[in-house]
Amino acid sequence: MPQLTTRILPWYAVPWVIDGWQKVKRYPLIPLALLLFVMVIPAIFAPWVAPHDAFLGSLSDRLQPPVWQSGGTSEHLLGTDKLGRDMLSRIIYGARVSLTVSLIAIFVGGIIGTALGLISGYFGGRTDSVIMRLVDISLALPTILLALVLVAAVGPSFGTVITVLIVLLWARYARLVRGETLAIKELDFIARARVAGASHTRIMFRYMFPNVVNSLIVLATLQVGYVILFESALSFLGAGLPRAEPAWGVMVADGRELIVTAWWVSMFPGLAIMLTVLSLNLLGDWLRDHLDPKLRNL
Amino acid sequence: MQRFIAIRVLQSLMAILVMSMIVFGLARLSGNPIDVMLPLEAEQADYDRLSKHWGLDKPITTQYFIFIKKALQGDFGDSLKYQGKSAMSLVTERLPATLELAGFALLISAILALPIGVLAAVAKGSSWDTAAKIIALLGQSLPAFWLGIVLMWVFAVMLDWLPSSGRGGLRHLILPAITLGWFQVAVIMRLVRSSMLEVMDSEFVKLARVKGIPEWKVIWKHCLRNASIAPLTVFAIIAGSLLTGSVVTETVFTWPGIGLLVVDAVRSRDFQVVQAVVILFAGIFILCNLLVDILYAYLDPRIRYQ
Repeated sequence: MPQLTTRILPWYAVPWVIDGWQKVKRYPLIPLALLLFVMVIPAIFAPWVAPHDAFLGSLSDRLQPPVWQSGGTSEHLLGTDKLGRDMLSRIIYGARVSLTVSLIAIFVGGIIGTALGLISGYFGGRTDSVIMRLVDISLALPTILLALVLVAAVGPSFGTVITVLIVLLWARYARLVRGETLAIKELDFIARARVAGASHTRIMFRYMFPNVVNSLIVLATLQVGYVILFESALSFLGAGLPRAEPAWGVMVADGRELIVTAWWVSMFPGLAIMLTVLSLNLLGDWLRDHLDPKLRNL
Repeated sequence: MQRFIAIRVLQSLMAILVMSMIVFGLARLSGNPIDVMLPLEAEQADYDRLSKHWGLDKPITTQYFIFIKKALQGDFGDSLKYQGKSAMSLVTERLPATLELAGFALLISAILALPIGVLAAVAKGSSWDTAAKIIALLGQSLPAFWLGIVLMWVFAVMLDWLPSSGRGGLRHLILPAITLGWFQVAVIMRLVRSSMLEVMDSEFVKLARVKGIPEWKVIWKHCLRNASIAPLTVFAIIAGSLLTGSVVTETVFTWPGIGLLVVDAVRSRDFQVVQAVVILFAGIFILCNLLVDILYAYLDPRIRYQ
């Protein structure tokens, strides 16, 4: 009597695992994972993930090297800064600061830009030319200088940094949305909505807006990285977030004069900026290719 | 064409005007400069006297028109911080350092970007192409100020090959120029690659090959010459962003140029110097954009206004 044997497949060869992997593989896994671990999880769960207080340090622990260097302790994995504050905790809180600032700025800038773009494209004529000239002027301004003067004039704070960013961001949304609106305006369903008695506002926001959402998402994703870079550059120059905030750019600036004695103070926050922006750029590219390939040259 | 140029020139003038208003308004908003100049125990009479001396007692619009009139003559007033020096003389004093840095950065980025871009296009899909892609990605993602500090750490502190800050000979230039030029490398390289790909596909290149011209000559002479039109048109934009980007780089390396001057001036509320620098930079930036647009319209007639 022949022996009945069932061949047990190893777990990675089970059909539904393979299928599942094939499905998952289509998404940009590495950038997503990076983003999740460097930015999103630290930002949302900062008080629970951070091993120490990000604002309070003890002077007896100042400038401790990271754990793998001689003199480092497992108490402070990435070392401490010159006030004895734990670097890892500050970087974790820094994620929260960066994410908040850039999301608010992009959200508000995006709303203003989208609304003006819709109005400009839909109504055309004089409204259009006034708004578009404003866009041209706004895009022709040298951004970093403008920001420097604005922040220096009003003083560094969350509010001023976000205002600067909104001023810099809205024009791109307005230009993009206007371009798309011009094409959508000519389509049949807009004329029909008009005939059916829909108001201008309703047409713009109920019928045209949903058609530009994809492009908006792509542009917004591509801009998060740019905004984080810009905000950290401003903070580095001392014209961004207040000195006491655990912002990544401020932390890099803190470490600049310590470069000979304590390299880790500016190295790790910079690394955090780079990884975040890198993963956001990869994610943005992927989104653009999948949602809106015609935006290739954004 | 003339109409197009006229409209663009007018737009640029508007942009400069808006910039001047923003700068003027914000500088006034930042606080009374007299507070910084006078000691705490100063009397009201001292305030009035100084206000009159600096023309700060006149209405704000009058002050603005005086500012514009003088600015057109290149006169931005005297620096508040450096007594007895005019803002313009400070700017012209520092200008050579910034131009030297920006020029060198441009040179370095062109030297790096052209061959990599060409190789990436010629060997599309090869490891050169991958390397080019990685450089482009890093160019977009690396914060310039951090790159500067890392370079400083590695080459000045650890290896002790190059000086870490200040201005001097060629050795002082290398690190700041790489920091400043890094982003441009990515931009130029991508443009060279894509336009090379386009040119290499065209008929005259095939003809050159059929004629038996050696491959290296086809690529480096026939193709590159034609492919460099697109990167050339963005060169002006790049030059503009090099000038403004110097603010960050000069702060990192304490390079005594205009960028450092303006950051110092902003910190010490030196109105006149901030105005002079920002208007000068804005002017250069806007002029560069204008030149690019005109150049584009010249090369591609579809862009001209109807």
